[in-house]
Amino acid sequence: MGETERQPGAGAASVDAEEIAKFSAMAEAWWDPEGKFRPLHRFNPVRLAFIRDRLCAHFGRDPLAENPLKGLKLLDVGCGGGLLSEPLARLGAEVTGLDAAEKNIRIASLHAAEAGLNIDYRHGSVEALAESGGRFDAVMNMEVVEHVADVESFLSASAALVRPGGLMILATLNRTPKAFLLAIVGAEYLLRWLPRGTHDWRRFLRPSELARALRQADMEVTEMTGVAYNPLTDSWRLAPRDLDVNYMLVAARPEAAGKG
Amino acid sequence: MAQDEAAPKTGSRDAEVLVAGGGMVGLAFAVALAEAGLEVVVVDHMDPAQFREEAFDGRSSAIARGSQQALEVLGLWQDMLPAAAPILDIRISDGRLGTLRRGGASALHLHFASEDVAQDTPEAGAAPRPLGYIVENTAIRRAGLDRVRDLKTLDFRAPAQLAGVTRGSGGVEARLADGSVIKARLLVAADGRRSAQREAAGIKVMEIDYGQTAIVATVAHSRPHHGVAHEHFLPSGPFALLPMTDAPGERKEGEKGETVHRSSLVWTEKRHLVAAMMAVDDAAFAAELQRRFGDSLGRLSLWGGRRWSYPLSLLHAERYIDTRLALIGDAAHGIHPIAGQGLNLGLRDVAALAECIVDARRLGLDIGSATVLERYQRWRRFDNMALIAATDSLNRLFSNDLPPVRLLRDLGLAAVNRVPPLKRFFMRHAMGLVGDLPRLVKGEAL
Repeated sequence: MGETERQPGAGAASVDAEEIAKFSAMAEAWWDPEGKFRPLHRFNPVRLAFIRDRLCAHFGRDPLAENPLKGLKLLDVGCGGGLLSEPLARLGAEVTGLDAAEKNIRIASLHAAEAGLNIDYRHGSVEALAESGGRFDAVMNMEVVEHVADVESFLSASAALVRPGGLMILATLNRTPKAFLLAIVGAEYLLRWLPRGTHDWRRFLRPSELARALRQADMEVTEMTGVAYNPLTDSWRLAPRDLDVNYMLVAARPEAAGKG
Repeated sequence: MAQDEAAPKTGSRDAEVLVAGGGMVGLAFAVALAEAGLEVVVVDHMDPAQFREEAFDGRSSAIARGSQQALEVLGLWQDMLPAAAPILDIRISDGRLGTLRRGGASALHLHFASEDVAQDTPEAGAAPRPLGYIVENTAIRRAGLDRVRDLKTLDFRAPAQLAGVTRGSGGVEARLADGSVIKARLLVAADGRRSAQREAAGIKVMEIDYGQTAIVATVAHSRPHHGVAHEHFLPSGPFALLPMTDAPGERKEGEKGETVHRSSLVWTEKRHLVAAMMAVDDAAFAAELQRRFGDSLGRLSLWGGRRWSYPLSLLHAERYIDTRLALIGDAAHGIHPIAGQGLNLGLRDVAALAECIVDARRLGLDIGSATVLERYQRWRRFDNMALIAATDSLNRLFSNDLPPVRLLRDLGLAAVNRVPPLKRFFMRHAMGLVGDLPRLVKGEAL
């Protein structure tokens, strides 16, 4: 092993096989509930329940029925390895997963194929997708706004991707001292849940700032809720009044096309 | 009944859950999932027609309140109700051969009556609900087999053999002996104490041989039992007579048929003595019973002319889960029958795992993923461990004839009997009404 040993006759096809092996190892890391993305796995049930319930309430469906999201066109922005896209697809939605990192798209596609799920994964930005005229019943911006450079441009492009009468759901971190302590000092430095530098506290948005930016993009904020972590049960739950650290927000695009 | 058993299904297919083992626990689990709309395949090597025969299994099971509520929600209870004898009273006594008094077993030390927990009965003056029921295993299996036919998403393959199973991150793929291939997201092993799936997964078990064997039989007695379960502790092991439903008696010439009062006997004995007890004729066996039990139920005789014996050991799997695999029922744990909790523990596994799966599925999560399985294991393993320890020490405490131990346990039983809150605590535990209860056990739908 090692050095520059080459199998005789190894051509483009073997490079492909190597690539696939590499990406499927990375997919396993994404999908290992005790691995690198453990915090996201722990957070997944609470955000999934929230998304399912709000979509069902908005589009008049029964959340406990089989395939409650059947036929809904959803966009998962910053889809990563597909932790959100796959469950939404299993609930019956037609999911498009978008990620700025091509690596993630390959990982997610590989995993969805293995799980037998049909998801449209795309490499690119919301701005580009909006320009190409994409329209969705709902757009999911879960744990992404804290990572984008230009929030206004990002949110207005996201809003343009929501059809009139559709919904946008967001989850992010608040810019409070408590969030700094828990999300940066705690999660990245003390508990090592996340690699250091995952989050930049200065990019966190206060709920009021996020709501203002959404209103500017012609979205109507209909709900805000906090999400709190219980270290004893190692689980998350909705905490409607505690928006200090993690919070989620629902915004609707009015039925009549934009107020202008 | 055998002829209306549908021919075993064959063919390859995709399902959500594959259950290995279609016994009482496996079937109840499959019914719970199918009720919730999941596609389930159950594979069992036994011919269902054989399942229905009494000769296959002479045992009866205690069904605690919580289990009964779960079975009711699953639509299984109604079917077994005619074969279910309510337990209205439990009498526990401590005895030694030779100290038994005529006219009643030994001194009565502890007595649990359904009135003691009646505070949960809403209307005063209403008849208290039974503490639990004794149901013949055959009746429980029949109820399961009958229910299978109503459920469109339940595919019961028996007799069928699992020839090879591969479990991986992508799913479960099982090959049956008839060549068909079943793909699923999760494999659930309900294949009993000697679980082949558990062994294949390399899951070790802790096993302690009690050196005791349980002799099981149905006993007819001339006086009615009035719903009383007798648990009589003898140095060689507990001896229990549990109330069963009356059976129509055999008509003899010139007599009109009478009903026969029956109880289920679980007689735990040191293993080396059992061979002799199994070998003696029915009359001699009945005489031995009478000598141990006394004559409070009148004359005892063997009903149905059969005796079974089961060597007793305690067994607990070191973990309940593996990649896309969960163990339930006896595949995960086998306990001493002393407290009548074996099937109840299995049904709690059923209720908890079904709830974990259904909750995850409603969120679109992969039902066979480690996150889902970990939740099940956390939920059940500790609970089972506690009960295993309790039944084990109960057996050790009572299968003992040292005078100080006897004195202590007699004082203990008497003390428990005199303190109603303590008594209620024990009873509610035994009834399966304590702890973080799965929805089914609380009598709620999944």
